[in-house]
Amino acid sequence: MKELTLETLIAVFQEIFGSALFWAMVVVAIMITLAFIFVLIRDRSIEGRYLARAELSAPIGGIAAILFVQYMTNSGFSDIGGPIDLIVLLMTGVAGAGGLTFLAYVVQAFTRRRGEER
Amino acid sequence: MKDLDQLTASRRAFLGMAAGSLALAGAAGPARAEKVKTKANIVILGAGAAGTAMANRLVERLDGAKITIIDARKRHLYQPGFTLVAAGLKSADYPVSRTTDWLPRGVDLIEEGAAEIDPEGNKVVTTGGKTVAYDFLILATGLKLDWDAVEGFDMNMVGTNGIGAVYAGPEKAADTWAAMDRFTDEGGKAVFFRPATEMKCAGAPLKYTFLTDDYARKKGSRGRVDINYFAHGGSLFSVPIVNEKVRMLYDDRGVKTEYNHVMKAIDPGKKIITFSTPEGDVETDYDFTNVIPPMVAPDAVRNSPLPWQSGKWVDQGWAEVDKETLRHVRYRNVFAVGDIAGVPKGKTAASVKWQVPVAEDHLVADIEGKLSPSTYNGYTSCPLITRVGRAMLVEFDYKNNLTPSFPGVIAPLEELWISWLMKEVALKATYNAMLRGKA
Repeated sequence: MKELTLETLIAVFQEIFGSALFWAMVVVAIMITLAFIFVLIRDRSIEGRYLARAELSAPIGGIAAILFVQYMTNSGFSDIGGPIDLIVLLMTGVAGAGGLTFLAYVVQAFTRRRGEER
Repeated sequence: MKDLDQLTASRRAFLGMAAGSLALAGAAGPARAEKVKTKANIVILGAGAAGTAMANRLVERLDGAKITIIDARKRHLYQPGFTLVAAGLKSADYPVSRTTDWLPRGVDLIEEGAAEIDPEGNKVVTTGGKTVAYDFLILATGLKLDWDAVEGFDMNMVGTNGIGAVYAGPEKAADTWAAMDRFTDEGGKAVFFRPATEMKCAGAPLKYTFLTDDYARKKGSRGRVDINYFAHGGSLFSVPIVNEKVRMLYDDRGVKTEYNHVMKAIDPGKKIITFSTPEGDVETDYDFTNVIPPMVAPDAVRNSPLPWQSGKWVDQGWAEVDKETLRHVRYRNVFAVGDIAGVPKGKTAASVKWQVPVAEDHLVADIEGKLSPSTYNGYTSCPLITRVGRAMLVEFDYKNNLTPSFPGVIAPLEELWISWLMKEVALKATYNAMLRGKA
């Protein structure tokens, strides 16, 4: 690859997912992040109970992300050929786990019953 | 923590912050250089990968230029996808889009072929008889698959009698998959080879050999399948370090290798392929094969004064351009990009990606009356599939040096999953971005 700039990367991702889906995903990711920051500021702390429950969903997100990538690419665990492959696999898992944890936390924080004791 | 305490969680302030950061993200594009004003008349022959990328880039660089692109083909073909179609992983419509999908506004498309190129008179005559004059000519015609040069070959037979032809287009690649699928069920003798001319993606014949081996293994029929690769010269691949790796892998996979065998004829009735060798003609039987014909320049270029006038390419007709600037050595206002360029390496989309910005820069510099320092070092890339799910991301230049894009991260000579991911997911996207002039 001649030069891997942010613009090139964005252009490539737009081609992979289609422009509309790509930007929708970016917006969703930003919204979840902002929602997380919002509840953080609102609650002035990380709520332990939400976090614990959210963390329970992490393995599901991680495994789902890995299986999704393998399903989309005609490949499987036996194709892992070197250290970088393992790193990519783990990073995929971490991204899926992290994403679902954030989402689960935010959903709980927003749906908590009014007047619920913290 | 005084600042943090002052951050009240009012919804309005929060929404304002969110909107502000989104606006910032949107505005933070790279600064664009001012367009060069010109009345130049630029003709691009061919709306394939190279011609389309060039058109999109020139439109971004120039203001007022008249850009005409000449190509009769309605379909744009993503050729790196043919191997995936022939491996049964993608359908025949995967590589197909419309030529007009990719062309920018402000470019005139003449939907005809080129019949005659006259670089002395600075004009092109189309197959429809139109005469198109130019100030600058970009040759991006691609090449001609010379099926007629394969004695006994009949395109209608592809998909039957164990005959495959991955290069012949997406539909024929799909037919080839049907034949390979049958063959790896039934077993027999597979015979693979490549032509002795320059060719598109010299890794493709090797990949298809690997893929046939892989399917036979996965189906449990490898014991009944005999796989043979006949190299046209003394090596499997022109880059010595890659050649050694492929030789080792073929050894490991049980692919039998012969050297100095150039395919000349096929007899589908008797199921015999004839090779010419230094010791005379040699016949071999086959149950499955992938016919790859000699590749030459299209007739319009071959019949013009543009090809090499001496040396090893005289009978192949590639345009005689400087290998670093891609400028024609005799006609200074003519450039060649993509397969038609008579340079020692790379008839691949990856080469196109590196060649087009160089030729473009020299052309724009000419218009500005400046000199461009851009050079093309022969870079090309080949995600050499070694089985479904793994590939080697081989990248090299004119000097046969390996030029890894991710040194220390993605090893070029290792069979890796990440290289497969790139081939299957990122490559077409990168190619499309390149067509739009964005990569």
